[in-house]
Amino acid sequence: MSEAREYKYIGQRTIRPDGFDKVTGRADFGADLSLPGMIWGKILRSPHAHARINKIDTSKAEAHPDVMAVVTHQDFPAVTAGGFAVGEGQVDFKDLSKNVLADDKVLYHGHPIAAIAAKTEAAAEAALSLIDVDFEVLKPVLDIAEAMKPDAPLLHADLFTQGLAEQPEKASNIASRMELKKGDIEAGFAAAEVIVERDFSTPTVHQGYIEPHATTVRYEADGQSMVWCSTQGHFDVRAIISTLLSMDLSKLKVIASEIGGGFGAKTTVYLEPVALMLSKKSGRPVKMAMTREEVFRASGPGSATRSRVKIGARKDGTITAMKAELNYAAGAFKGSPMAPGCMTAFTPYDVENMYVEGYDVVVNKPKAAAYRAPGAPQAEFAAEMVINELADELGIDPIEFRLQNAAKEGTQTIYGPKLKVVGLVECLEAAKNSPQYKQALAENQGRGLASGFWFNIGGQSSVVINMKPDGTGTIIEGSPDIGGSRASMQMMAAEELGIDISRLTPVVADTEHIAYSATTGGSRTTFATGMAVIEAAQDVVRQLKERAAAVWNVTAEQVEWEDGVATNVASGEKLSATEICQSAEKTGGQVSGRANINARGAGPSFAVHLCDVEVDKETGKTDVVRYTAIQDAGKAIHPSYVEGQYQGGAAQGIGWALNEEYIYSEDGVMENAGFLDYRIPLSSDLPMIETVIVEVPNSFHPFGVRGVGETGIIPPLAAVATAVSDAIGVHMGDLPCSPPKVLKAIQDAS
Amino acid sequence: MAKTHVTTSINGEATEFLCEPNETLLAVLRNELQLTGTKEGCGSGDCGACSVTMNGRLVCSCLVLGVEAEGAEIGTVEGISNKENLHVIQEKFLEHAALQCGICTPGLIVSTKALLEENPDPTEEEIRYYLAGNLCRCTGYDKIIRAVMDSAVVMRGDA
Repeated sequence: MSEAREYKYIGQRTIRPDGFDKVTGRADFGADLSLPGMIWGKILRSPHAHARINKIDTSKAEAHPDVMAVVTHQDFPAVTAGGFAVGEGQVDFKDLSKNVLADDKVLYHGHPIAAIAAKTEAAAEAALSLIDVDFEVLKPVLDIAEAMKPDAPLLHADLFTQGLAEQPEKASNIASRMELKKGDIEAGFAAAEVIVERDFSTPTVHQGYIEPHATTVRYEADGQSMVWCSTQGHFDVRAIISTLLSMDLSKLKVIASEIGGGFGAKTTVYLEPVALMLSKKSGRPVKMAMTREEVFRASGPGSATRSRVKIGARKDGTITAMKAELNYAAGAFKGSPMAPGCMTAFTPYDVENMYVEGYDVVVNKPKAAAYRAPGAPQAEFAAEMVINELADELGIDPIEFRLQNAAKEGTQTIYGPKLKVVGLVECLEAAKNSPQYKQALAENQGRGLASGFWFNIGGQSSVVINMKPDGTGTIIEGSPDIGGSRASMQMMAAEELGIDISRLTPVVADTEHIAYSATTGGSRTTFATGMAVIEAAQDVVRQLKERAAAVWNVTAEQVEWEDGVATNVASGEKLSATEICQSAEKTGGQVSGRANINARGAGPSFAVHLCDVEVDKETGKTDVVRYTAIQDAGKAIHPSYVEGQYQGGAAQGIGWALNEEYIYSEDGVMENAGFLDYRIPLSSDLPMIETVIVEVPNSFHPFGVRGVGETGIIPPLAAVATAVSDAIGVHMGDLPCSPPKVLKAIQDAS
Repeated sequence: MAKTHVTTSINGEATEFLCEPNETLLAVLRNELQLTGTKEGCGSGDCGACSVTMNGRLVCSCLVLGVEAEGAEIGTVEGISNKENLHVIQEKFLEHAALQCGICTPGLIVSTKALLEENPDPTEEEIRYYLAGNLCRCTGYDKIIRAVMDSAVVMRGDA
């Protein structure tokens, strides 16, 4: 198994194979492709957060000489139902069809209504004002609690709450209810000697990728179409477009550009089907790119939440009961990540009695998209805050309290399976031994600690490795590389083949050049696509051994493979991979290895983060002064990129905790739709982020890999908010802990 | 509106282009000249993905008009390395894994070069404030700052 094996490439800090392109500006991202004859598309967006569309008059726009095509929802075929899973989420085709271009209602400020293609971007933009829309403006509802009231403005007349004991007769903004339980929650609280119960809220946030959504498409007269776009999953883009535009899969080639960040939100589509319809109508290639303002107003966001958590323990530190109500804002259409929130909230704890209830609620905001460990940061924030407060009340060190109740192998989760081997205890021990935990705090400083859990997923991956006549190889995969995964693929293939990484080129192929591969999401790529790479490499080795055997006139069993060289066991003769490939023509043609898998056995990744802050009590501004991120990677293939995931997750979580929030006017208009006012962390906002890679191998992966991409965003919310609470002596349960809110808390307390 | 004829120098190469009076330098670089290494992240001067130098000064090309390039010397990411070798800063970004998705990288490399030309021996804090106009959402900046510090050491000849 993995622990015994000595690695040559795995665990090294190699130079990423796509690095040269990325540092020279040569890498082509979503907005970087132009085609001959290409024109530009722009979208007319709703000026209202909630309105009925009585009529859209596009005649003036259509008559304008600059305008080459106009499309509205009426140009799309009717999509009645259906959907499928993408990443950890679910796509509903009917809703998505109404999200890319509104049907009879607009449900958020910025909701697309129509699109225009013209010779230049400026001409398309200018022509949008020629479209007349007759609205009946309706009252919007933005807050979850307001939207749940029986007399709230209703977004959808045909939305009936799922998951209730009885089928409701009245439509509601509550799309669904979920309940998870374990043990006897009442008995659990009866056995408790100390109970803490608190309310929490988290704001609407954005994933904040620096690259806006962009696409270039070409619809050909014979129906063969090409879509170039920035996406985490081009195969799923193909499936979505095929349904939304009623096109055959076989007529769609989708090419994933380099992707400038996604964090879950580039697992759906916004522009692509609209651009393709514009291309069909105009007969020209069409490019579309969102502005940053459009990205904020009409893509992404991560769900806002309101929650209540209650936890009870005995004085000896044994937790007896954990209870939560978790309400998630889905945005304009159902499907917030409420379910994974419910499933993850208490999973770091081995506690007999648990009860979690969740609600998925539609509000007049953009449809929420997945955001790194979707649903978990909000849920675990509430849970970890109460854990910290309870530890404080019990007078027990927060790490010892967690160790005493920590989930481990065999712990029964609230959502079904028992945990396999996991590394939470090891992460907690590492936190206890970290230099930061031993360092004393200065004046106006506070410390917070939190755990995080995320499942991770596997799924379908396809890989082909083509060996070339000079003994080098191309690794063809179908997983868009969002953070350096091509480096991992190269290293894993090199390890199996025993040839140097410099002789292997990883390529992310389009939908015509490799079989279906699931979307890059759920921290699946290095785990699942990595497994496919390993299998494909093993297939190559098997064939290379057969070729050598044929040369020596022995059986393949009499050939050994080591360090890229075949050895004839009987004679001691040797043939290198290069020599075998050079003579492939004579031994039966070229060598290609292949693997098409549906990976099972994704190993959960636990993390523990430690945060020290300093609060300026005159302004309420919080600075993170020291931060340590500890997480179980199973086995780190490329430690630098594993650390990068921990640091990036921590930074996003710190932004979520301290500054980031959608600020809305009463009529539902986002008032801070730009990077100046929606403040993501800058380099001057952060300290170095210390990391500890814990390695508790996942026995289901040949090298022990666990996904590492998502867990790191979970602990910061509670770690930071606890640190701020500690520094000012006031409990901060409503994120973000922005300067005005912290200042008010200080003033109210004094 | 008639287009304006502009004569400029880009990465040391004499260049002419036509642009609308209200067209940004960023749009000209990307759409007219096909220099797509300069990225657009916001169009409002907040993210730094479009950083270029203009007569040696670091600017957001989304806040500069194409016509302002008349007679100027523009430096973009495409001009950082020479024909044979990557620049030290580019090598250090790769060595330190100072990028994940890579969309902010061209802007950061242009900004880092401007920083180290102005201040060859910056402190960590000086680097963090100089680069505060270049947003990165993937890395948490840690590895970027280390790459810049290491680049400075090599460029000073201390290594």
